[in-house]
Amino acid sequence: MERSGGDQGPHLPAPSLWPVGFAVGIVCILAGLVVSWPAVAAGALITVIFGFLWVRDATTEHRRMDLHEEPAGGPAPARRSVEPIPAHKGEAAMPAPHDEAEIDRFPRNKFLEGATLGLGAAIGGIVTLPVLGFAVLPAFTDQETEEVDVGTLGDYPEGEWRIATFLEDPDAGEVSRRTAYVRNNGPLEGRPSFTVVSNRCVHLGCPVQPGGPSEEDKKKIVRGEGGTQVELTPTQPSNFGCPCHGGAYDIEGNRTAGPPVRALDRYEFSIRNGRLFLGKTYSVSEVQGEGKDARIKRYRLAGPGQHVDGLESWLYPIQPPE
Amino acid sequence: MPRRKSARRQKLEQLIAYPIDWLEERSGLIGGLRYFLLRKVPGDTSWWHTLGSATLTAFIVQTVTGVVLAMYYKPDPDKAYESIRFITDDLTFGWLVRGMHRWGASVFIILMFFHMARVFLFGAYKYPRELNWIIGVLLLVLGMLEGFTGYLLPWDQTAYWATVVGINLNGTAPFLGPFLAQFLQGGAEIGNETLSRFYAMHMLLIPGGLFALIGLHLYLVIRLGVSSPPWSPEAAGEERVEAPPEGRAGLVQPGPRGGYAK
Repeated sequence: MERSGGDQGPHLPAPSLWPVGFAVGIVCILAGLVVSWPAVAAGALITVIFGFLWVRDATTEHRRMDLHEEPAGGPAPARRSVEPIPAHKGEAAMPAPHDEAEIDRFPRNKFLEGATLGLGAAIGGIVTLPVLGFAVLPAFTDQETEEVDVGTLGDYPEGEWRIATFLEDPDAGEVSRRTAYVRNNGPLEGRPSFTVVSNRCVHLGCPVQPGGPSEEDKKKIVRGEGGTQVELTPTQPSNFGCPCHGGAYDIEGNRTAGPPVRALDRYEFSIRNGRLFLGKTYSVSEVQGEGKDARIKRYRLAGPGQHVDGLESWLYPIQPPE
Repeated sequence: MPRRKSARRQKLEQLIAYPIDWLEERSGLIGGLRYFLLRKVPGDTSWWHTLGSATLTAFIVQTVTGVVLAMYYKPDPDKAYESIRFITDDLTFGWLVRGMHRWGASVFIILMFFHMARVFLFGAYKYPRELNWIIGVLLLVLGMLEGFTGYLLPWDQTAYWATVVGINLNGTAPFLGPFLAQFLQGGAEIGNETLSRFYAMHMLLIPGGLFALIGLHLYLVIRLGVSSPPWSPEAAGEERVEAPPEGRAGLVQPGPRGGYAK
């Protein structure tokens, strides 16, 4: 079949099987990310090889055209110029003003054209930028949270776990409810020491549950200094687990199984006038030791699912300001 | 021979034609509508080609029911759940309209995938329709975003935790993920800002994009025409022969598969 359009006809690449191999390579990489690193390497190799073959296939026609047309030179452009200009393009009616003289004849037009576009862009920018800033910036500014009073030291008997749930911001209501697992580790260098583990799973943020009995009937409501209400429930966990996707942690919050990428976050705490205050949360890659002797590898708070150490932490070089 | 129309009938027709002519003369809309509705499509267009309009219909259902639901829904953390309960249990036909919106959302997404599969398997994404495929993919993404933002609005436990997981998934994207998550949350944690933000995105931002892209999608469908199925006897890009085949007088018989008998 002969195409009348010549150069204007569609340039369809010839059918090629290489994309199939390319796709297989991509699948290998994705599966490898879950399964093992060698599979990623193999997938990358397949992808590169088949990608190269595909590109070579797809550009064959172009390369051949270059080879054939350039030596011929004469006839090809001549044929192109004979090509009729489609009527609807309307270019034949007036010659396009390519030459310098033609542009110089309408300097005012050019100026007005530029001024209209420039002014339009300026007005658009003046209107858009504040709106865009308003849409984005409030989410990143003034994000500090206040310390929360979670009761007196007497509410936390030594060596026992308490589930402490409280409203981080009472004005915001239930949506700011936070839960921490608190254990009094006894005095360390003359000061009381606590383990305060956040219940936010570091896989994707579901609430982590204590692995052990909780005594709901012994729940106690404690009033804090700022009018906060803290519910304290005794519990005897031997580990922590997340119901959403099966993340499992040991009693210090170290990951033992499942999809989490680090240990459970912890709360900063301080003790003033015999009361326990919970502050900001921070991320933890690993905890060595137990209780008051625990050595915590501490990092700035990162979102669930984000690595804080190792190679993968390079994926998150900057964190939003606190 | 046509029957002579009675004077009364002629007058009546004039009366009906007058506003239509008035509108046509001043806007050209009637001609445009005529062009849209009576444009030529390949003879072997089949039921498979209706999936696009089915998707559009599902979208229109979502728009209409969504607008009505917005009259009763309150995007406030203290009132959202109660207002949904009120719509479902107390308002006349509230259960029906909410159900249409809820199930219609799934229908919309499923139909989009069917439509996409049809276009793919028929090769209808090929030259010169590549751009329409790209717009369609953007529409799919926006449709999924509608699903994601709409899921939070009932503000129950399922909605809340599903959104926690969804936002944190976004947060694990490399480099900009943490910022994307915080933007979606409207703050360092999921809270009251998140609900009103998702409501605004679900109601205004994403539908605006959907409307614009659907308009572009349809414009390209009309401009480029509908592609014939792969089994069509007519070669793609060929001008269709309208004249009756030789050796045959009178009525043109449609051949098998809708093409003219040769």
